[in-house]
Amino acid sequence: MPSGLELLSLSPPGWGGVLLAGLMASLQLAVGGYLLGLVIGIGGACGKLYGGPILRDLLEVYTTLIRAVPELVLILLLYYAGTDAVNQILLLLGFATVDISGLAAGIFVIGVVQGAYSTEVLRGAIKAVPAGQIEAARAYGMPPLLALRRVILPAMLPYAIPGLSNLWLIATKDTALLAVVGFSELTLVTRQAAGSTKAYMTFYLAAGVLYLLVTLMSNIVIGFIERHARRGMPRTV
Amino acid sequence: MSEETSALPAYIPPKARSLFEPHRLFLMAVFLVIVFCAICFMRWDWLPRYGGRLAYGVWQTLLMLFCTAGIGFLLAVPIGLVQVTGPWPLAWLARIFCTIIRGTPLLLQLWLLYYGLGSLFSQYPEIRSSFLWPYLRQAWPYGFTALMISFAAYEGEVMRGAFAGVPRGELEAARAFGMSRFTMFRRIWLPRAVHRALPTLAGETVLQLKSTPLVATITVIDVYAVISRVRQDTFLTYEPLLLLALIYLCLTGILVAGFRLLENRIPARGA
Repeated sequence: MPSGLELLSLSPPGWGGVLLAGLMASLQLAVGGYLLGLVIGIGGACGKLYGGPILRDLLEVYTTLIRAVPELVLILLLYYAGTDAVNQILLLLGFATVDISGLAAGIFVIGVVQGAYSTEVLRGAIKAVPAGQIEAARAYGMPPLLALRRVILPAMLPYAIPGLSNLWLIATKDTALLAVVGFSELTLVTRQAAGSTKAYMTFYLAAGVLYLLVTLMSNIVIGFIERHARRGMPRTV
Repeated sequence: MSEETSALPAYIPPKARSLFEPHRLFLMAVFLVIVFCAICFMRWDWLPRYGGRLAYGVWQTLLMLFCTAGIGFLLAVPIGLVQVTGPWPLAWLARIFCTIIRGTPLLLQLWLLYYGLGSLFSQYPEIRSSFLWPYLRQAWPYGFTALMISFAAYEGEVMRGAFAGVPRGELEAARAFGMSRFTMFRRIWLPRAVHRALPTLAGETVLQLKSTPLVATITVIDVYAVISRVRQDTFLTYEPLLLLALIYLCLTGILVAGFRLLENRIPARGA
């Protein structure tokens, strides 16, 4: 029976390399899902603030539903429904069905869930921008997308960053739920390593340390971004 | 100069809308058609057979939610308090506890407790022969502990902010009345902090409800586990999951409405 540290070594008798590969998969999922969620969030926030009545109501239903149902259930539903839907559409269009990679399906699931939360965060942040600034952009004759890119997004960033950084931390932890549908990210890999070596404590603690490192490093980076976005703003206590 | 240089409408803040505007009626009709199709074209014949088990699962989920949230909140009060006013070793300890629990996924903590601690316990004959062993051999104590610790850590952070946010003048007034430290805490500081934290507490409790299905991964029987059983028995993918989503939707709605009732009972100065 090898000791704890030997089990964590990077070369094959140890499982360290496998754990790190799992961590990379988790990070890919988190980054991809977070970015997709951000895109959905920007669209959703603009739709909720400036869209027509039907779009507004539909977006309200989307954010309410997603935020009221457990992520685990959503992941199961979207993971199967999403891959099924793509294959049905492909069949309808006369193409052969494809095997959708777990990574793409996982990013889709995390993105849809994150999109609902970031819609709310960004909507609040856009509303916090003084209305005069957005009106000034319109007075200069900027088309909506240019006004969004040049004025609304940069101006709302300081208000959005606390919420968005929280969402990033939630995204990194939500990736663990994909272990339940059998996607081999850090938590599932840890479970497999622990199960086959019977060194449960060693591996779960090691995975915990890895997750914690990701969180702590994220906090440092978020601090830099926040300082950059808040430059020139009055200091809050 | 033409009059129509800019066709962009100004931003009009959304008005309070009534439920029966034409587009809403249309959306409701579409929604009803979808529900009708779901009832007609999907298979629901398994529902009567599992009704009793589903009710038991919902009861287990609610029991898990309220017990862990209640005890977790009792733990969160000292965790928040020592971070505001406690001696520095305790404050540091509380902060490290919050950081670790909030920085790792709940699923990992759950599996660490169940598989890790569980396998550790079974190696010691002293524990195996103790009166606790019949409980430690089951899954629910581990699920309960993990959920409780997680709630305590998240809520401890909220309570820290709430304790720090109570205006100093109110505490000084309490001291001026000659209240002892404990009386001041019991009569002024804690009620005011809980009042301030109540909206966040409602949100955290909904989050806790959404975490409870994770305990099904360590073989605790809650409503999620019952639905998984249905899926294995009937080979249906969507119908049980849709029902499960509906159940959680209702539970969340009831929880939010209950907290709103509680918030409205506390008199606040209207602005």
